[in-house]
Amino acid sequence: MYKILKAGKLAGNIYEMVVEAPRVAKRCLPGQFVIVKMDEVGERIPLTICDYDREAGTITIVFQPIGASTEKFTQLQAGDSFRDFVGPLGCPSELCEEANLEETKKKKILFVAGGVGTAPVYPQVKWLHEHGIEADVIVGAKTKELVILEDKFKAVAGNLYITTDDGSYGRSGMVTKVIDDLITSEGKSYDQCVSIGPMIMMKFCCLTTKKYNLPTIVSMNPIMVDGTGMCGACRIMVGDEVKFACVDGPEFDGHKIDFDAAMKRQAMYKTEEGRALLKLREGDTHHGGCGNCGGDK
Amino acid sequence: MADVLKKVPVREQDPKVRATNFDEVCLGYNKEEAIEEAQRCLHCKNAKCVQGCPVNINIPDFIGEVKEGNIEEAYKVISQSSALPAICGRVCPQESQCEGKCIRGIKGEAVSIGKLERFVADWARENGIKPPAPETKNGRKVAVIGSGPSGLTCAGDLAKLGYDVTIFEALHEAGGVLVYGIPEFRLPKLDVVAKEVENVKSLGVKIETNVIIGKSVTIDELMDEEGFEAVFIGSGAGLPMFMGIPGETAKGVFSANEYLTRNNLMKAFREDYDTPIVHGKKVAVVGGGNVAMDAARTALRLGAEVHVIYRRSEAELPARAEEVHHAKEEGIIFDLLTNPKEILVDENDNVAGIKCIRMELGEPDASGRRRPVEVPGSEFDIDVDTVIMSLGTSPNPLISSTTIGLDVNRRKCIIADEVTGQTSKDGVFAGGDAVTGAATVILAMGAGKAAAKGIHEFLSAK
Repeated sequence: MYKILKAGKLAGNIYEMVVEAPRVAKRCLPGQFVIVKMDEVGERIPLTICDYDREAGTITIVFQPIGASTEKFTQLQAGDSFRDFVGPLGCPSELCEEANLEETKKKKILFVAGGVGTAPVYPQVKWLHEHGIEADVIVGAKTKELVILEDKFKAVAGNLYITTDDGSYGRSGMVTKVIDDLITSEGKSYDQCVSIGPMIMMKFCCLTTKKYNLPTIVSMNPIMVDGTGMCGACRIMVGDEVKFACVDGPEFDGHKIDFDAAMKRQAMYKTEEGRALLKLREGDTHHGGCGNCGGDK
Repeated sequence: MADVLKKVPVREQDPKVRATNFDEVCLGYNKEEAIEEAQRCLHCKNAKCVQGCPVNINIPDFIGEVKEGNIEEAYKVISQSSALPAICGRVCPQESQCEGKCIRGIKGEAVSIGKLERFVADWARENGIKPPAPETKNGRKVAVIGSGPSGLTCAGDLAKLGYDVTIFEALHEAGGVLVYGIPEFRLPKLDVVAKEVENVKSLGVKIETNVIIGKSVTIDELMDEEGFEAVFIGSGAGLPMFMGIPGETAKGVFSANEYLTRNNLMKAFREDYDTPIVHGKKVAVVGGGNVAMDAARTALRLGAEVHVIYRRSEAELPARAEEVHHAKEEGIIFDLLTNPKEILVDENDNVAGIKCIRMELGEPDASGRRRPVEVPGSEFDIDVDTVIMSLGTSPNPLISSTTIGLDVNRRKCIIADEVTGQTSKDGVFAGGDAVTGAATVILAMGAGKAAAKGIHEFLSAK
């Protein structure tokens, strides 16, 4: 069992938990992820690592409920436990490897974070800061209330640009507009971009950076089961090659990803997940007669 | 008097009934049937069956005890050689091993050794008999990577010799392929696998789940920092192969590994478990091995019409004859001498069918089997909404790529001595599918057993 030491809402429906997992905390590096299973009957859910404390042996995870399983996670409190918590999985971010440090120091780096994807960007920016590299960060959110980790980013980022879709906080508009503004009218130039967020945001972010020939790394979080290369559920097309996000990724060259195909695959269990979520919310009153879910079969 | 040339028939669930449930197909012998079958054993002095058993169970002796009705004694005889008899009695390919060598088989049917082994193990479990615990402990630490058949066997044998053994398992449940791969209807998880894992634990073996060697911790760290004097790698062959044909990343195309893992490990077939599985209406399973049969029969139980697509003919099907027979009884359709060319998709990237071509058998290839060649112009489509690729698996490079000085061959299989299991790295041993590539449960157990002996000799000399 893996004890939850802290649990709470970060903003809107974005949750943060600090979990005791000494083996993971000892070895994890920015860019890697964990798989979490709540109880005997739960699914294995891949989640990004937002922070880690090697001394305390803890991992901070940040998530947004999107299906029945993550919805159940939100009911857990400090003192409760996850049945299973395994990692670190995937390859560490290439930018955060000691071996590449000299190369990385020469680069001007821009991070583009969106929604709950802001969480996995934080350990990367923090790692770079600790190694003397100040990267610029764009954080995008729908509205003011959904901006997360602002203070934490302020402490480790070079320039921090916050933007909201509705203009209620920071700049106004999508993250892609900020990229355009920074490069075309604010005299900024970058050698490397890292974009992590919803698939649709990463897609448009890559279309934007392509205009500027700005190499862009994205972090993919497709459907997974085991997370060790065994099931192949997470396969995605990168250029003309099939890659497994769990062992070859999760980070890939964003300009080579077929986002449209990846988004279609993401929707594979949508109806099953939707039904499970409805059943969970409505409990015994759920009979599948609403016409929305088509029943349980 | 029953025909002495024939096996005492074993009771099975009716094919029509079992096609709709996940309960075990074979019901096994009862005591009377077992004793009757045991009478058929000739108790050969130079027993060929023992030579055919990869873990060398003293078969004539255990059958002799069954003949006398001494089932507990029979269990003790088996336990000297095998830690997993309830599993082996169910999934070993006996026809090509012990039973394949049985003298009775020359004129008539071999003694039903597998079903007798199963009966003895089930009887022991139901009567609360456990393998005897080791008398002395030497306190020396050995790590076993993977809790599948090779790891459990190696760990059990080492614990009996007094070692302090810890098994590291990547998944959340112990058992490896026994829990994620082989379905419930062939190998019940709670009643059989979990109980035999418990038996291994009762020998003093510790099992730490959720530890991925190469990610959570490396072999070098286990040896240098955590005090393990030797390591056995039994990590299996977990990576699925695909064909590389168009449409393979479409929605509705699965590796057999994914399909079976969702159903077996994650129990997607049960309403009370959260993991979803796609309930295809018409399913194509590509491949002809035991895993393909497992995937096909699982899809059938989930309500689908199922086609097994295999490029050679029935005689070359690599699956056990019993599995093919069961699959046919249940209504699986075999499209033999047929090979997929393309997976057809609709505008939303869902599987809409599978384009195949007819094959014929040509000259024998390197494996000695006649090579299938395409019949020109014979393409045709099969209407399916789900495709399961069951083309074999290869070892996961997670361990070999993170362990300094561990040599692999060009197929990424770990190179290990056949007799001792010793690898190119001092103190590190390996066996099972991680060494041989995908094979059988019992061969992996044989390798685990050999490595336990190898490790004991290595540590005794140190």
